[in-house]
Amino acid sequence: MFKKLTLAGLLGLGLTSGAFAAGGEGHTEDYAFSFEGPFGTWDEAQLQRGLQVYTEICSACHGMQYVPIRTLEQLGYSEEQVIAYAESFPVIDPASNPELVDPDTGDVATLKPTDHFPANNALNAPDLSLMAKARAGFHGPYGLGLNQLFNGMGGAEYIASLLTHYTGDDKTEAGAVLYENTTYGGYFGMAPPLYGDDVVYADGTPATVEQEAKDVAAFLMWAAEPKMMERQQAGFVGVFFLVVLSVLLYLVNKRIWRPIKYGTKA
Amino acid sequence: MSGIPHDHYEPKSGGEKWLHKRLPIVGLLYDTIMIPTPKNLNWMWIWGIVLTFCLVLQIITGIVLVMHYTPDTNLAFASVEHIMRNVNGGHFIRYLHMNGASLFFIAVYAHIFRSLYYGSYKAPREVTWIIGILIYLLMMGTAFMGYVLPWGQMSFWGATVITGLFGAIPFIGEPIQTWLLGGPAVDNATLTRFFSLHYLFPFIIAGLTMVHIWAFHTTGNNNPTGVEVRRTSKAEAEKDTVPFWPYYVIKDLFALAVIFAVFFAIVGFMPNYLGHPDNYIEANPLATPAHIVPEWYFLPFYAILRAFTSEVWIVQFFSFITGGIIDAKFFGVLAMFGAIAVMALAPWLDTSSVRSARYRPQLKWWFWLLVIDFFALMWLGAMPAEEPYATFSLIASAYWFAYFLVILPLLGVIEKPLPVPATIEEDFEAHKSATGGTKTLPDATPAE
Repeated sequence: MFKKLTLAGLLGLGLTSGAFAAGGEGHTEDYAFSFEGPFGTWDEAQLQRGLQVYTEICSACHGMQYVPIRTLEQLGYSEEQVIAYAESFPVIDPASNPELVDPDTGDVATLKPTDHFPANNALNAPDLSLMAKARAGFHGPYGLGLNQLFNGMGGAEYIASLLTHYTGDDKTEAGAVLYENTTYGGYFGMAPPLYGDDVVYADGTPATVEQEAKDVAAFLMWAAEPKMMERQQAGFVGVFFLVVLSVLLYLVNKRIWRPIKYGTKA
Repeated sequence: MSGIPHDHYEPKSGGEKWLHKRLPIVGLLYDTIMIPTPKNLNWMWIWGIVLTFCLVLQIITGIVLVMHYTPDTNLAFASVEHIMRNVNGGHFIRYLHMNGASLFFIAVYAHIFRSLYYGSYKAPREVTWIIGILIYLLMMGTAFMGYVLPWGQMSFWGATVITGLFGAIPFIGEPIQTWLLGGPAVDNATLTRFFSLHYLFPFIIAGLTMVHIWAFHTTGNNNPTGVEVRRTSKAEAEKDTVPFWPYYVIKDLFALAVIFAVFFAIVGFMPNYLGHPDNYIEANPLATPAHIVPEWYFLPFYAILRAFTSEVWIVQFFSFITGGIIDAKFFGVLAMFGAIAVMALAPWLDTSSVRSARYRPQLKWWFWLLVIDFFALMWLGAMPAEEPYATFSLIASAYWFAYFLVILPLLGVIEKPLPVPATIEEDFEAHKSATGGTKTLPDATPAE
């Protein structure tokens, strides 16, 4: 009974978790990323390229308010480089914002520059801090959840695929221009942001649309889950010790039950 | 504690005697841990310990999370991101807590279905069963409120949909809903009270767990045969039982280590598999997600809730005879709670004199059909409310009720049970020869 129930349980879990993510009619292309699977790691060069794409293109509209700028050191930058990067963000000038100055003391008490990336700049441009976890690229089949089980949730794949799968068709609806995208599965409001050679990579990588899309998707996965490597490491340590413990307890269990089962001494 | 005769704690040293006269706590612990337990328990009897550990895990990780979480609609989502990014080990603690809820429910469903298969709910263990159902209801409340706390889109809209169920109660529904939410809609007042209760309920669960254990320590454990332990003498009882320590403690710990190894793999490598991506979008009262789906562990009952639409004849019938007081929405709510209520009544609905389904050739089939039905409902609960899923949901819901209300009472009358072993010892001996116990084993070196 135990075996049957366990099997049924696993199947059931697969069944339903898949169904959660159901809904998207679009198709997500399964790009390969270095961080996939339990043994995956970040490709630092790719994350740096992705930050460049985000900074030079995406950040024109999209914010990333939950990501602290200091964490960019994880991408392989030195502290000085991160400080230099942070300086590119404007800090509010008290002279031009008198409402921020305390009228009694003259302190700029409320003037507190954030150590995070700014929030969005354009109306309706969603924050990208968690975008790679807030979208599922893979679904089903039939709500069975098997695709997600074997391929992951596919958030980064979805982003990369979205950026590369515009059809070029657009239409105007209620005064807004909508662009057709096969990954989105219909028309939506973001104009194609990448055309190729939109940035010049310092490492000389050719900046094709696909390259840029994959780089920024990888970067956004890092932004959404910066502790992924630490988490996987903790997972390995936990599983290792628990497996060792299981083996030891299995042997102890066999030994203490032997006299009860077979009447022999332990 | 138990009615099974066994050795009791005797204080030996002067200090022990001194304490025992004033507070017999050592004796209580000794009798609890040394309780005679049927020696034929199989691997389905491990889930109780798994559940206890889940409760401890959730309380410990939860207490740490509370230190960094802010229950305010403007700050809740950001404070969870603070935990994920800035708090030492915060990301892992949160993922443990998040997936711990899923492990908790996997274990409780296994535990419930074990009871249903082996007739653990039947006399004299009805009180244990009822307390178990209460714990399960509190677990659902705790999990539901906990899911609201990160203040993502599914948190917000899940809370809106589920509290809306109370609004379906005729006449008093809307005031109740407003009272529960602390306002006309899900807002800051809702978040703070859910936070408060989410912290409180686990401790009520812990208290009820002690009563649950007390109850079955009084009646003794059920076992796969459903035959009671012989109690006429200590010598006889000892042939049917082994003390809980060390035999079941070690066995349970082994099972627990295996289960936690799998659990750590999920937390480490795929922590968001059981979650919904939409909950990584901050709650927005102005944007409704395309599909509002509850967490997987609520889906079977969610499917029952949705199954009874106004097109179903039984809904129309009740609507007609109550003059429209019971409409489709309220009927669905009644059906959802009724699905758990009929389960709670199982001890009185089951008329068979035999406990274990092992000796009930017909019940076995119906039971496994119920398990399939449960998973079917779980799948249907996640599917959109359209054909053919609506019809399937209705059939699956009907079977859930039929199992408890028709099959359990009827089978006791029409089913011819197989011969039941006279004693637990007999079953234990039969099983060990079936699993290779008769082959000669090399004598192990005696322990020094």
